[in-house]
Amino acid sequence: MCGIAGIANGANENQISQKTLEEMISILKHRGPDECGIYKDNHAGLGHARLSIIDIKTGAQPMSNEDKSVWITFNGEIFNYPELREDLIKKGHTFKSKSDTEVVIHLYEEHGVECLQYLIGQYAFAIWDKYKKEMFLARDRLGIRPLYFTNFSGSLYFASEIKAIFTACDISREIDPKALNQIFTFWHPVSPRTAFTNIYELPPGNYLTYKNNEITIKQYWDLHYQNDMMDCSFAEASEILQEKLLESLKLQLRADVQIGYYLSGGLDSASVVALSQKLGSSNIKTFSVAFEDDEYDESSYQKILVDTLGTEHKEIRCSYEDISANFPEVIWHTEKPILRTAPAPLFLLSKLVRENNIKVVMSGDGADEVLGGYDIFKETKILEFWGKRPDSKCRPLLLKKLYPFLPAYQSQSKEYREAFFKKALDGSSDRFVSHRARWDMISKVKLLFSERIKSVINGESPEMDLSNMTPREFSNWKPINRAQYLELKYLLPEYILSSQGDRVAMAHAVECRFPFLDHRVVEFCARIPLHYKIKGLNEKYILKRLMKEYLPKKIVKRAKKPYLAPDSRSFFSNNKVPEYIYESLSEKNIKKYDYFKYKSVSHLVNKCMNKGVVGFKDNMAMVGILSTQILHKHFCDEFPRSGNVINNINVMR
Amino acid sequence: MEQKENTRDKIYNFIIENYLFGDTDTELKDDESLLAKGIVDSTGILELVLYVEKTFNIKVKDEDMIPDNLDSINQIVRYINDSPHR
Repeated sequence: MCGIAGIANGANENQISQKTLEEMISILKHRGPDECGIYKDNHAGLGHARLSIIDIKTGAQPMSNEDKSVWITFNGEIFNYPELREDLIKKGHTFKSKSDTEVVIHLYEEHGVECLQYLIGQYAFAIWDKYKKEMFLARDRLGIRPLYFTNFSGSLYFASEIKAIFTACDISREIDPKALNQIFTFWHPVSPRTAFTNIYELPPGNYLTYKNNEITIKQYWDLHYQNDMMDCSFAEASEILQEKLLESLKLQLRADVQIGYYLSGGLDSASVVALSQKLGSSNIKTFSVAFEDDEYDESSYQKILVDTLGTEHKEIRCSYEDISANFPEVIWHTEKPILRTAPAPLFLLSKLVRENNIKVVMSGDGADEVLGGYDIFKETKILEFWGKRPDSKCRPLLLKKLYPFLPAYQSQSKEYREAFFKKALDGSSDRFVSHRARWDMISKVKLLFSERIKSVINGESPEMDLSNMTPREFSNWKPINRAQYLELKYLLPEYILSSQGDRVAMAHAVECRFPFLDHRVVEFCARIPLHYKIKGLNEKYILKRLMKEYLPKKIVKRAKKPYLAPDSRSFFSNNKVPEYIYESLSEKNIKKYDYFKYKSVSHLVNKCMNKGVVGFKDNMAMVGILSTQILHKHFCDEFPRSGNVINNINVMR
Repeated sequence: MEQKENTRDKIYNFIIENYLFGDTDTELKDDESLLAKGIVDSTGILELVLYVEKTFNIKVKDEDMIPDNLDSINQIVRYINDSPHR
């Protein structure tokens, strides 16, 4: 796991500057503190900051093929590299290392861009083909590893994080109002859009080629749902799922360093530990976030698991102060506004992992998207069921079963719940019906936008990009399949795997692996009948059945509780509110940056400070405003932060 | 009459400040449904109930917590005025 960066000249005749490459890689050093390297010729340059996990001795990068005509800088893992390597050797390729990276070079020589079809893993890489004068960038199918790019002044600039691109060229550093419109609706910008104007993300499952100053982007993988599901019994589906999960884990356990495990207290991360033990892993080290605030704390469940699974366990106990004190640094890493503080405790958790000399952790993330764990899927199911008999008195009673972890939802009357969801029944022709209530609620926060932002958005729907990106047959899918697609293709890579995943883990040079996100597991789960995944309103039913022989009943039977952290409470519950909060929300800075209306911000701050009832919208607004202000300060106002250029960078020849 | 105006204004201001971040640009008519307009969401009603209880010194019973009583400014004012607990 590493940081990558590079430049290719298309219409620019200037020499690539070694210093620029060094600066690009230096700012990504947190991703790869073990060693750094660069390669450059007359037309392109590649940089690499390495976190060595596989082939520690000879895997230095950038790396080339035998005749040095193809160069690669690679971030991530190809889990099936030994099998691919063996095939390539049979075809006559010679290897100078045992790394997975070198496999990609030879596979590229063999198949060109089609090499992607053979890869199982989580990766973002760039290959410079010197003879073709073509740069080839690719990103894994689910979007686990990041990759950003821009075309500026006749050159392509790319990197694992946007800050490296800002370091390399004089492109304007501006937050994109259209991205804000999306973030304050979906929680994330819709890829390839990023939070910044003119900076793009290579969407998951896509590759990019750059030649003669022309960028071409193509999708090589997508997820497809069919209304006719696979014809298989529950027992068969269960057996195949177990096989696929074990196969995914077997490959993901490949590493030349010790692997740790995140343990949330829920079913998914516990399943990863238990299945690893089934495969023979022992002396397992687990890591958890515990909260001082009981509303969020799951340590009693974590303890049950630690006792049952017999792991060596460490935890961080997260206070409001911990979240508020680390929040600005978290935004330096997320590189986008966030509407929840949940990434902050994970940022602290990866620090703990790293302090325990662990570079790789397994995570249960992805299981909820793949196997129907979230309440939004149950909500969609209930609405569909109720919609068939809108006059039914009994059907809407099921709504009470949703969101058991939200006291405010549970304590409202049945009439209110029904009236709220009744709106969605009328919108059954809406292609995004499953997410309409959620998006509408988040969108209310946009009332706080300043006139400047409103005028740029000019009433444009944040859904335009999304509508253009979804597959043609999307509208014909059942609402629940559409809901799963939206979660898997958008919220997962753009928020969960990014702000709560890669960015906060790599801030401390920790690589997360996601056994539920092997694309073969994802594809299989998209084909099994829905009621195997959600039986009635019992979420992840097939996984629960599978895991009941390995895990305590209390964990398997536990209702899904999504990972949450205290939001505005973290900033205002302390006796001493950190200075940066006053500064970020000051009249001067709110008006200077001009994203939000000061009058409304000041209303909200008063509400939060007076510790009255702070609702969902208020929490999202508070965290969203604060993170936008901090993002602007980090990247638009005070960039670059002072940092040293690393002086022992290997220059590859 | 004066008291009714007063109640109405208090409720109006509460809705503007609590649900709309003090945004007075949003047009809000006294008979408009707060749910239909997306002002009160699936969890937001509790904030209104707490406010009404505290400000007008009444107890909103669980069975009264229904849209028929509380879904527009007019309905809320009527509910408060009709409340026997005042």
